[in-house]
Amino acid sequence: MTQNIVEIDNLSFGYNGRILHQGINMVFPRGRVIAIMGGSGCGKTTLLRLIGGQVKPSKGEVRVDGLVVHKQSREGIYQLRRKMGMLFQHGALFTDLSVYENVAFPMREHTQLPESMIHDLVLMKLNAVGLRGAHQLMPTELSGGMSRRVALARAIALDPDIVMYDEPFAGLDPISMGVICDLIRTLNDALGTTSIIVSHDVKETFLIADYVYFVANGTVAAEGTPEDLSKSSMPFVYQFVHGEKDGPVPFHYAAGDYRQDLLGFEA
Amino acid sequence: MIRSNLLVSLVRTLRNIGHHFSDRIWRLGAGARLFWLTLISSGESFRRFHLTIREVYFTGVLSLIIIIVSAFFVGMVLALQGYNTLQKYGSSEATGVLVALSLVRELGPVVTALLFAGRAGTAITAEIGLMKATEQLSAMEMMAVSPIARVIAPRFWAGVIAMPILAALFSMIGILGGYLVAVPLIGVDSGAFWSQMQANVDWHDDIVNGVIKSVVFGVACTMIALFEGYDAPPTAEGVSRATTRTVVTSSLVVLGLDFVLTSFMITL
Repeated sequence: MTQNIVEIDNLSFGYNGRILHQGINMVFPRGRVIAIMGGSGCGKTTLLRLIGGQVKPSKGEVRVDGLVVHKQSREGIYQLRRKMGMLFQHGALFTDLSVYENVAFPMREHTQLPESMIHDLVLMKLNAVGLRGAHQLMPTELSGGMSRRVALARAIALDPDIVMYDEPFAGLDPISMGVICDLIRTLNDALGTTSIIVSHDVKETFLIADYVYFVANGTVAAEGTPEDLSKSSMPFVYQFVHGEKDGPVPFHYAAGDYRQDLLGFEA
Repeated sequence: MIRSNLLVSLVRTLRNIGHHFSDRIWRLGAGARLFWLTLISSGESFRRFHLTIREVYFTGVLSLIIIIVSAFFVGMVLALQGYNTLQKYGSSEATGVLVALSLVRELGPVVTALLFAGRAGTAITAEIGLMKATEQLSAMEMMAVSPIARVIAPRFWAGVIAMPILAALFSMIGILGGYLVAVPLIGVDSGAFWSQMQANVDWHDDIVNGVIKSVVFGVACTMIALFEGYDAPPTAEGVSRATTRTVVTSSLVVLGLDFVLTSFMITL
């Protein structure tokens, strides 16, 4: 058993002529909560897709449990994914299934468990996220925070080795944010999984992460423990952590001469 | 300057035509690939047949009202028009045959397919498109569950099963509508209406060929609806355009296939 459950080695990725990642190196030790942070559009979610084998790198490799993801057959990738759970940004619950059926879905698909055992497991998972009482509701009847929690219960349904969280705090009220924050850490420690969080919410992420990677301009711009990064004087890290308007990440999108744009306008 | 602008405009037009053409070819290939993947992933649809049955309900049972009402009116209009023309030649007793042959050979499969594309096809496209837009298909992929086996294939087989049944119902209800207009309303002899129909409708040439058509239309309409949804850009506009394309493409393909199939059936 390798010490790092996920290893990203010299990874490059791009599409439509746009380079998103260039020579990225990351390691994800077992049992830890690792965060990948960076501005919108820097390719954080794509890194999760690369780990899950949904897209292939143009250079380098991602290894999960010692296996190179993009070299696996379709069946091999599916075998690897059975070790993973993923929480999507908006939950991605199946809208035609109830909360109960959503959590039962992976169990029904991948196990031959009897209905009575599925029933108990689903209620245990829902209880872990505080939503046992909502098992009969449909996804349309849930708030954003509740949807995220049901999706979390579904992600851990088969006790995966890795749980990936794509922007778990985005669009949540402070109470829901605190609940999700607490659940990620608690479930990680209780289940002994490795958690990979992709987020740009500094406060919540720093609260629960053991180690943080900052991604910018396609590379790992900085890395370290939340304590180290909070004190960092690196311009990009400082701007990001303190939410500065301008800095290495410019306020203005690249544009031509302002005067020329205004005066040269032709209707 | 003017010549240069003309040249630029010409190049742009040619580029657009080329892009449009290559895009169509690409989509045709992608559609064929999805069709193949659906066929080889169909085991799940039969092993867990309840998945397919559930979709038969959504595509077939929920389309019943529109099919029955349309069939009834089509049959009544056919009887009126048929009687009006046939009586000029003293063959008003053949009204039943005319209604039955028109429905079983052509209108049953074709109109059912057009209605199916409008009612069930659009629902399939919108559902799959929204599942894609809300990352439900990605979530399934990440759970090591193939969306093609779990979502696409059951809907495909449901469409293939539902279409011939709906087309048969359309023909039956249409004949009933034609009977109600021709016999009680106009006064065509009831015995002549049914016996002429019985004598002149051939099992193989009319009924079996009609069933073959409806199965082919079922495959085409369902596959188009599934492909458009699966290929839709994950935005509100993308899903809306895909839904429109489902109706337009299905209608044209059904009418085109009808001509091709009829040609073969008449020749053979």
